[in-house]
Amino acid sequence: MNDKIAMVDIFLMGKRYTVPETLTIIDAMEYAGYQLVRGCGCRAGFCGACATVYRMAGDYELKVGLACQTKVEDGMYLAQIPFFPGRKANFNLEDIKPSTAHFTQLYPEVYRCLGCSSCSKVCPQDIDVMQYIAYIQRGDFEKAADISFDCLMCGLCVSRCPANIVHYNAALTARRLYGRYIAKPDPFLVERAKAIEEGKLDAEIDELVAADDEKLQELYNTREIEK
Amino acid sequence: MAYTPQLLELMKKVEETRPSRVGVNFPRMSQEERRDVLEKFHPDYIEDGFRKIKVGVDKGTRLPTEMADVFESWSRLRDVDLDLNAPPDYDVDVLIIGGGGAGASAALDAHAAGADVLIATKLRFGDANTMMAQGGIQAADKENDTPAIHYLDVMGGGRLENVPELARALVMDAPLVIKWLEDMGTMFDKKEDGTMITIHGGGTSRKRMHAARDYTGAEIMRTLRDEVINKGLTVIEFSPAVEVILDNEGRAAGAVLYNLETEQYQIARAKTVIIATGGSGRLHYRGFPTSNHYGATADGLVMGYRAGAKTIYADSIQYHPTGGAYPPQLLGLLVTEKTRGLGATPLNINGEQFVYHLETRDVESSAIIRECAERGLGVPLPTGITAVWLDSPLIELTHGEGTVERQLPAMMRQFQRFDVDIRKVPMLIYPTLHYQNGGLLIDENGHSSVENLYVAGEAAGGIHGTNRLMGNSLLDIIVFGRRAGRDAAAKSKDMPVPEKLNLDHLASYHRELEETGAADDRIGPILLPHYTHR
Ligand SMILES: Cc1cc2nc3c(=O)[nH]c(=O)nc-3n(C[C@H](O)[C@H](O)[C@H](O)COP(=O)(O)OP(=O)(O)OC[C@H]3O[C@@H](n4cnc5c(N)ncnc54)[C@H](O)[C@@H]3O)c2cc1C
Ligand code: SF4
Ligand code: SF4
Ligand code: FES
Repeated sequence: MNDKIAMVDIFLMGKRYTVPETLTIIDAMEYAGYQLVRGCGCRAGFCGACATVYRMAGDYELKVGLACQTKVEDGMYLAQIPFFPGRKANFNLEDIKPSTAHFTQLYPEVYRCLGCSSCSKVCPQDIDVMQYIAYIQRGDFEKAADISFDCLMCGLCVSRCPANIVHYNAALTARRLYGRYIAKPDPFLVERAKAIEEGKLDAEIDELVAADDEKLQELYNTREIEK
Repeated sequence: MAYTPQLLELMKKVEETRPSRVGVNFPRMSQEERRDVLEKFHPDYIEDGFRKIKVGVDKGTRLPTEMADVFESWSRLRDVDLDLNAPPDYDVDVLIIGGGGAGASAALDAHAAGADVLIATKLRFGDANTMMAQGGIQAADKENDTPAIHYLDVMGGGRLENVPELARALVMDAPLVIKWLEDMGTMFDKKEDGTMITIHGGGTSRKRMHAARDYTGAEIMRTLRDEVINKGLTVIEFSPAVEVILDNEGRAAGAVLYNLETEQYQIARAKTVIIATGGSGRLHYRGFPTSNHYGATADGLVMGYRAGAKTIYADSIQYHPTGGAYPPQLLGLLVTEKTRGLGATPLNINGEQFVYHLETRDVESSAIIRECAERGLGVPLPTGITAVWLDSPLIELTHGEGTVERQLPAMMRQFQRFDVDIRKVPMLIYPTLHYQNGGLLIDENGHSSVENLYVAGEAAGGIHGTNRLMGNSLLDIIVFGRRAGRDAAAKSKDMPVPEKLNLDHLASYHRELEETGAADDRIGPILLPHYTHR
């Protein structure tokens, strides 16, 4: 142990451990001796596995964060929420359209938002969650898709919502609707896919596959590079 | 501000030289210079990090020491009694081991082909390297590009060591994969008229890198996962496979699963098995930090190898040139290649660029290691390691204000969480253990050298030779995931339910371990890394 590093006291589900202050919550739990099974995925702020609630000693405010993206602080009382039983509506993307009528059938609770803003306050990605719910209500799937894009599906918003809305699943559906129906398909991609399926590009590639290493290396070294 | 006064002082050099560097391209290395820096500084060439494996089908093959350690280990089932021929807990056509991008793609296409599918995965469905990919996915879908041009980049990048048929499948399926994802509503970056926005990546000769902001892998993974759930396919989480089961003719016939929470074993019988367990960064080769997710422990390689599957280039490991080095909470974390794609350049302690910023990853990493180790021009950090600068403020000087927030939101947020504003101050980086170039050998359909055993994704080898280019991995997991899924489904169709399930291959593997004394007291696959004993 490097004794230059300051130590802090944290409380894992109420139990005290002394850990170096430079650690993230995940690292600190391991430092304390936990073998993590749940509550730990990417360890880099991408997967949403590590939602954590905490409170600082002497303070009443309940805070939330991602355990892999939050440094420990002295007097932190914390517990992980490794699983949240949020509902997902199953759908066949080809059978629905970006319309309020369809969305109501999948997620009727979205239209019961009370406007309390609890969801926006807790989001570790600083997403205006209440706003994307509002966009969905208005049928503006493009804006909902845009501002919800960075959602990690960590579930923290859901844990605080008095209207029982499962924001992240609603947002994912909105994004898939946007991607499928509102964003235009790439025109050339369709053409290219067709050409490949019809075998029109086979000859060119087969020639390269058959080429010997010397030839390939030469082609590689002299290939033109797009500016 | 997270940087110490000493670092801020050093940073002034970067600021001083910046105006003279804007818009100036550092020369690329010649082939000879590349070879030289690789041979002297790339960890793949440093012999004492490797040893020859003493057991199994590839006996005598060179592996990184830490990988050889898990290969040469006792099965978790050595002292476990299991009745493999009692009615199994699960009975399916296609068993998919691993719920990342390769596993999910395999499941969707196997299901579409009419097979009964089961996914068993170690953590949550989608807790995977796929979720973490930021930069992008390659495909030749522009008029100035063709799969053949893509092929040349793949082969040249892979030092012509790729299996040509696999590289061919990769590039030819690529536009089809993008189309498949687009049809599922994946939100790629596009222009108003629908045209995909594509940029360069290290080693590309055309701008063919498609992205979904800098959450490309996450966007793909959550779409695939949503679709798997929509289709009602069975997924069991926190239940890693620990061994592949074979039938009496030595064909794959299922796997033993281990419930991490109840600590019970379960039997999944299957006509075909697809290993899609991803990479091995958490083995921390040569003590390197890693960009990989928590479950990247080479389990699939170990299980597959014991069952008799051959490996290819398993000793070829990719170190990503730009891993986070400081602040310490970001150690090992990937700084996406897109950061360099947008114009950020590596600089030494004097604020001078020392390598072209878009060399292939192996060359770029080796040049950074050389700058620190041989030339002594790295930036010393308070944590005791050395690093180099990555001049991220160049990005907005070239592309205008707002570019970082728009193009690199994940990167910006991650550094901001630890008080570093990458728009204003350069990052501190050092190579991080990133990707397993090789793996278990497959054919164009993802079939391994063991009958009815398939491998897809990062666990498979041969596609990328000994150096994968950015954006070709997200591509390969879907190309070969789908191919394996389809072929496994087709094969299962006219196959009877496997009989006489057994683990005899473990007995003979154990005998070899005993004879050579290779295993010591190690048990594998390790399933979860152990960080508790710091
Ligand atoms: C930080 C980062 C950034 C990257 N960026 C890019 C990029 O921009 N472009 C690109 O092309 N590539 C990129 N890559 C590489 C690419 O993301 C991966 O190679 C690819 O996603 C691997 O996919 P996979 O499905 O094979 O494995 P994974 O996505 O890792 O999935 C494997 C799954 O198997 C599970 N598993 C492991 N062991 C077992 C077991 N014993 N039993 C059951 N399940 C098990 C794991 O938990 C995991 O869910 C990046 C990788 C990382 C780590
Ligand atoms: S929107 Fe909800 S689920 Fe998504 S990141 Fe924010 S809090 Fe987590
Ligand atoms: S927490 Fe629920 S009710 Fe409150 S604003 Fe958010 S969605 Fe609406
Ligand atoms: S472990 Fe994935 S977000 Fe924290």
